[in-house]
Amino acid sequence: MELKKIVEALLFVTQGPLKIETITQIIGDTSLDEVKQAVSELIKDYEIRQSAIQIVEIAGGLQLSTKRDYAQYIRKLYRDETILKLSASALETLAIVAYRQPITRADIEQIRGVEVSAVLKTLVDKNLVRTCGKKDTVGTPFLYGTTQQFLIYFGLKSTDELPSLEEINVEQEQ
Amino acid sequence: MEYGIKLEIFEGPMELLLHLIQKNNLDIYDIPISKITSEYLAYLDMMNQLNLEIAGDFLVMAATLMRIKSRMLLPVYSEDEEELIDPRDEIVKRILEYKKFKEASKILRTNLENQKDVFYRKVTPAFADEDFGVEVSLFDLLDAFKQVLSKAKKISKEIIKDEFTIEKKIRVILSILEGKNFLSFFSIFSQDETKISIVVTFLALLELIKIGRIYVRQDKHLGEIRIYRTQTTISETETKPV
Repeated sequence: MELKKIVEALLFVTQGPLKIETITQIIGDTSLDEVKQAVSELIKDYEIRQSAIQIVEIAGGLQLSTKRDYAQYIRKLYRDETILKLSASALETLAIVAYRQPITRADIEQIRGVEVSAVLKTLVDKNLVRTCGKKDTVGTPFLYGTTQQFLIYFGLKSTDELPSLEEINVEQEQ
Repeated sequence: MEYGIKLEIFEGPMELLLHLIQKNNLDIYDIPISKITSEYLAYLDMMNQLNLEIAGDFLVMAATLMRIKSRMLLPVYSEDEEELIDPRDEIVKRILEYKKFKEASKILRTNLENQKDVFYRKVTPAFADEDFGVEVSLFDLLDAFKQVLSKAKKISKEIIKDEFTIEKKIRVILSILEGKNFLSFFSIFSQDETKISIVVTFLALLELIKIGRIYVRQDKHLGEIRIYRTQTTISETETKPV
């Protein structure tokens, strides 16, 4: 069986990103490089075919997705499903968690200068942020971090892909 | 925490402060503290006049600004020139940090915007048990229970004596579970028509979990809840009264 076809089948049935390492493990007698090679061939196949489906590298793995152009039709089909909407304060809080994770609620509040428990709850409910341990300090407060869902929603391979805070120019006028 | 009306424009003191700096085109590194303090207080005053409740966070910042202002007025003596600390340093650091995250959140907004038209496959084939590895907390159970209750018919007006007992319901649950790998949480309520009966079934479920006869798992947080029989040989005390 052709390696890339196996990869295709695995991607088709998988919800969420599939790691190349996992694929290699599943296939068995093959190397990581061979799988990587197969993946890039497969990606090219889809491009050549001008398929409505594409293979994207996201949240540490590979996943099938539709291309942007078809969004309007997909939306019609899933009319009732809500699109992720975040307020400015939710995004700010999310940004702080993304850059400073793991971080406690008190530390987020220190940066934002406001109380954030309601916003944080929203983010947890939307599965963008999760508790990822407790800080070894007085009261052992929860530590918060971002989820895989966060990476998917924001189109990131990992949080390292975000521009570093140093790169963000604060001098520029908005 | 303590504000009744949320100002959408300035959610917190940091945001207000940053706005005042940008509006007046001030150099963050050299803030005219007296000017910014009076503008800040004027804003709080305005909020007051509009009868808006001022959040404690705003007042803390006002106090911080005034403290810095008063320290700026005091003469500072130090033997070492380089050790002189500008009283504004700390607030400048905080504003800069806040501003960075504000910018970062705009980057995230762009990312989100770019991604909104991309859809991923959502279905996972209905495999099985190993996918259901997440512990279910009591609150998850209560949430699911609430869903069941909301679908129930009204409480019956007749008084039915002892029709539903926890012991009976335990037997019912165990008998449905007999010969199956698992049950979905909702299926155990399939025979229950009244609220009372649902409540008793739920209590029976909790009891079974407590005595270790069954355990509950879900595929993900807030996911589908399944009930599994504990994998031990079951003794003859099938339905010991509880």
